[in-house]
Amino acid sequence: MTRALRGYIRPEIEHTPFCPGCGHGSLMGTILRAIDDLNWDMDEMLFVSGIGCAGWIPSPHFNADTLHTLHGRAIAFATGAKLFNPALKVMVIGGDGDLTSIGGNHLIHAARRDIDLTVVCANNMIYGMTGGQAASTTPLGCTSATTPAGNPYRPFDLCKLLEGAGARYVARFAVTQPVELRESIKKALTIEGFTFVEAVSPCPTQFGRRNKIDQAADMIRTLQAHCVPRERATGKEGPDMIITGEFVGA
Amino acid sequence: MGDRRVKPSLPEGRYFFSGNEAVAEGALSAGCRFYGGYPITPSSEIMERMAARLPEFDGVFIQMEDEIASIASVIGASWAGAKAMTATSGPGFSLMQEGIGYAAFTEAPCVVVDIQRAGPSTGQATKVGSGDLMQAKWGSHGDYLPIALSPWSVQEMFDLTIRAFNLAERFRTPVFLMGEEATAHLRESIRVPGEIAVSERNRGEGPPFGTDEPDGVPPMPVFGDGRKLLVTGSTHDQEGFRKTDDPETHRRLVERLHKKILNHQDEIIQTEAYHLKGAEVGIIAYGFTARSALFAVQRLRKAGVAAGLLRLQTLWPFPYDVVESLTRSLKHCLTFEMNMGQISGEIQKVCRCPLHVTTQVNGTIISPATMETKVREVLS
Repeated sequence: MTRALRGYIRPEIEHTPFCPGCGHGSLMGTILRAIDDLNWDMDEMLFVSGIGCAGWIPSPHFNADTLHTLHGRAIAFATGAKLFNPALKVMVIGGDGDLTSIGGNHLIHAARRDIDLTVVCANNMIYGMTGGQAASTTPLGCTSATTPAGNPYRPFDLCKLLEGAGARYVARFAVTQPVELRESIKKALTIEGFTFVEAVSPCPTQFGRRNKIDQAADMIRTLQAHCVPRERATGKEGPDMIITGEFVGA
Repeated sequence: MGDRRVKPSLPEGRYFFSGNEAVAEGALSAGCRFYGGYPITPSSEIMERMAARLPEFDGVFIQMEDEIASIASVIGASWAGAKAMTATSGPGFSLMQEGIGYAAFTEAPCVVVDIQRAGPSTGQATKVGSGDLMQAKWGSHGDYLPIALSPWSVQEMFDLTIRAFNLAERFRTPVFLMGEEATAHLRESIRVPGEIAVSERNRGEGPPFGTDEPDGVPPMPVFGDGRKLLVTGSTHDQEGFRKTDDPETHRRLVERLHKKILNHQDEIIQTEAYHLKGAEVGIIAYGFTARSALFAVQRLRKAGVAAGLLRLQTLWPFPYDVVESLTRSLKHCLTFEMNMGQISGEIQKVCRCPLHVTTQVNGTIISPATMETKVREVLS
């Protein structure tokens, strides 16, 4: 670590549990750098997560109150804790399957109610922990453990979904854009009300190896090549391109 | 039970309430300051009264998007320090089961009121039933021991709701108030006392998920205490670290969760005996059905039949010892249930005399006349 982030990690933690090439470790560092930039006290923060690889980003690593909940339900748990103790600064961290498929209903309703939560969705477009099954975010045509002939269904555009549900702030950046992603998380944390950051994160183990990009470096290069900042987007990008930027509350 | 005397939510006196209204006032009296719920017949009046009343106590009310979210919000609030509750009926109770297992495993105190209606599935949504009792016992996956209470009157909807909160805080566990539509919508006069006893959770020092004390209930700090709590539904050690590969950690945790209930059955279990002295025939009943049973027993006694009633206020943990002891002295034991015999099966395990089971699943209460007839049949 290039700066003193050790204090943000529990003393018992020696390494992350993530696969080589996984973007979640990078996202973990980006979140902690954002909190460090804001100079927030971790004792005032509560991190809530569900089930899946991304649920392990805060739990047990972050040196703060952490609530590792059921698959899909993190936002509903967070809603109860935040409403009862509004002094808690509550961040929900989860994966795309957790937050937008099994937990999709809680996501849109928390946004509609404008509960003062920051949700960071680590989107790797696949169910990683369970072995690479298709998610609600798997791109059309991609191969997964449950779509061997290619995914026949369209993925969610999560930012459009959250914009429609009424989130105060909505942004998407890839972990390959760490500076923009960190600034975005800071903004999301400081804006009062429901804020949402989609962090696109590569999964070479489960997504890459089924889609002919199984080298971690290739996965990162592919992700970089597919990201188009919205300022440069022409509107004619194909469905495999990822438009990044701030979509609400910029 | 309870170690702190407080004033209830209403001035001392008599009130004419429905069972559901009494539950809400009992909850407020016990210190409930968070309600997360979803509308469902026949429990909705609890939610409506909490929506109206909680703001008067600086409490938080939220109508969630479904019952899964409701129980999740309740557990989140519990870990943030709230005495928290939800209320529902069968279909919602089904949806809550995964969350209930999470509350049991992370030892998050909470109260779930199930106003039972005739199931399964949507069943008879506005009619009475008592078919969720085994679901209360076994509803979530894995091994845990719930506490479930069975009120028989509007007064007890008030009193046992307070008790449910006290047990939840005392033992750090979800507690179920297994109401029934008939009691929920019944209107009766109840007495609200000038003071009640309430239990508060122990927020003290020590590992939050383990204890070597025989009591088995560890202290429970809350979010914001600066304890850097590590709460997880995965198998965890005393400090909360996931230890999903360690057989010993899992065994210790699951066994302690059992022992903390089993070692305190004397504190948890409550039953009431009516006319059992010298009784040859005994009815064992609970909930609304026990009202009919008492009426039947009183009529039988007047007619010279040596009948009595054992009323179960606590259903889980099941009062096996009380039932075994009673049935040693009876010639016949009768049960009446608004389900297909869920509690009769438990009684059968320890019953020391012939057991006669009557079930009725038509969405109506079992009448005293039915019971009187059955008792006379058994004796003839």
